[in-house]
Amino acid sequence: MTSPDTTNAADTVRSGRRHDRVRPGIPLPLLLPALAGLAFLLLPLIALLVRAPWRSLPEQLTSAAVWQALQLSLICATAATAVSLVIGVPLAWLLARTEFPGRGLVRALVTLPLVLPPVVGGVALLMALGRNGVVGRWLDSWFGITLPFTTTGVVIAEAFVAMPFLVISVEGTLRAADPRYEEAATTLGASRFTAFRRVTLPLIAPGIAAGAVLAWARALGEFGATITFAGNFPGRTQTMPLAVYLALQNDPEAAIALSLVLLAVSIAVLAGLRDRWMRAA
Amino acid sequence: MTRSTHRTRRLLQATGVGAAALLALSACSSPSASDASAKPGGSSASSAKLSGTVTVFAAASLKESFTTLGREFEKEHPGTKVTFNFGGSDSLAASITAGAPADVFAAASTKTMAIVTDKQDNASAPVIFVRNQLEIATLPGNPDKISSLKDLTRSDLKVVLCDTTAPCGSAAEKALAAGHLKLTPVSYEQDVKSALTKVELKEADAAVVYKTDVKAAGDKVEGVDFPESAGAINDYPIALLEDAPNPEAAKAFIELVRSAEGQSVLTAAGFLKP
Repeated sequence: MTSPDTTNAADTVRSGRRHDRVRPGIPLPLLLPALAGLAFLLLPLIALLVRAPWRSLPEQLTSAAVWQALQLSLICATAATAVSLVIGVPLAWLLARTEFPGRGLVRALVTLPLVLPPVVGGVALLMALGRNGVVGRWLDSWFGITLPFTTTGVVIAEAFVAMPFLVISVEGTLRAADPRYEEAATTLGASRFTAFRRVTLPLIAPGIAAGAVLAWARALGEFGATITFAGNFPGRTQTMPLAVYLALQNDPEAAIALSLVLLAVSIAVLAGLRDRWMRAA
Repeated sequence: MTRSTHRTRRLLQATGVGAAALLALSACSSPSASDASAKPGGSSASSAKLSGTVTVFAAASLKESFTTLGREFEKEHPGTKVTFNFGGSDSLAASITAGAPADVFAAASTKTMAIVTDKQDNASAPVIFVRNQLEIATLPGNPDKISSLKDLTRSDLKVVLCDTTAPCGSAAEKALAAGHLKLTPVSYEQDVKSALTKVELKEADAAVVYKTDVKAAGDKVEGVDFPESAGAINDYPIALLEDAPNPEAAKAFIELVRSAEGQSVLTAAGFLKP
């Protein structure tokens, strides 16, 4: 009984002393690269602020073109998140709560758009849903629906790249959540769907919210798949990232102003997420 | 005592890391360094022996003919390599003024070349080496019976144009203005090749591109001439760049482009003589 106590006491003493000694001397081989890393991440953002055309900024930001792009971006990212929620949450449930052959493979395929270059995603979408695509040609000849060059096309491109973020996040939360609550509900007579709706869904709400914010942020920044699949037309398919890219060719000041708006939105999202995560933890 | 030796060792470790970082950095820039070391020999021997890589930034419409000329150049000057960056002239100009390492810039309009010359990033005065005329690219067989620029304004057609910042876009704008036409495309593409691709993939019914692009696409699209294009012919300037890593070889490449041999490759692709 006494010996563990003494070692504990010795430990605290030693660690206390070491603590005092370690704090002033952070090893330089760690400190220097760490500072370089910090500078590397922050410098471009600071440069954006330094080079911002502050004087003409109000004028730049109140221009109709900027608002049109921002409005379109917000609408499309929100719609893409809604689409992801409607089909992504059930998909996450399927992956986390059911057993079927090849589930590991399906899970890997679901996460593929996460690592796929977005432009490749755009090309793939064109091949599938384009006017001459595998599915798209039937959409066109049966219903007269063509998706490329439309706002719906932007939503589809954004949902394609953003949904995996939601699925991964919700699936992780589902795996961490105790399945016995659902089992208890079903033994008490609830159907599996009722159990999902009344028990599981409230349980994993924080995970869904975090996943939705991540997906929304990803959708907001989407560039490659959008310009490839939906093209570029102001007010219809030209979202903020496209506007930034094209403005950089002939009006760098406008590009910086647009970038600042996206930076502000990103910081707001991050601040919101941090609160969410703090509460979840 | 021990503390100080500790510190010196720590310092040594730190300098070690710093040196490693420096080495890594210099390794990144080694191609230009080797070019630089090759240069003095080349200049003293007065362009007798060219070597190293020539980096050419060229308008997207020059893709096919410049690729051919690049291969010619490598054959004529063994030991050299020509690498290309094809894209919208406006975005190429923007990357050159932002410091992209390039030897030669060939633009599809004098306006986009001016972006570079205004910043004095060119080492030689730009020279017009070819001209190019617009044409309508339609689906093979022209199923929509497009016969004029005015036909493109039909509401049942999906038409793509180049963005107005790209030379093909500003030329199209000029042609439309000359015909007093108002055209609402489904998309403004960032360069001429991506506009053409949308027709090749049958996503769009028509695009306003260059004659050379229609020719290069073969039977994947069909070309329709229109009279308004005569007033919107683009001049293509070429220039040696100020910070060219390999100026000797770059000069030789520009000479090849302007030579009879180069001109025959370009006119065969559908370009007009300057």
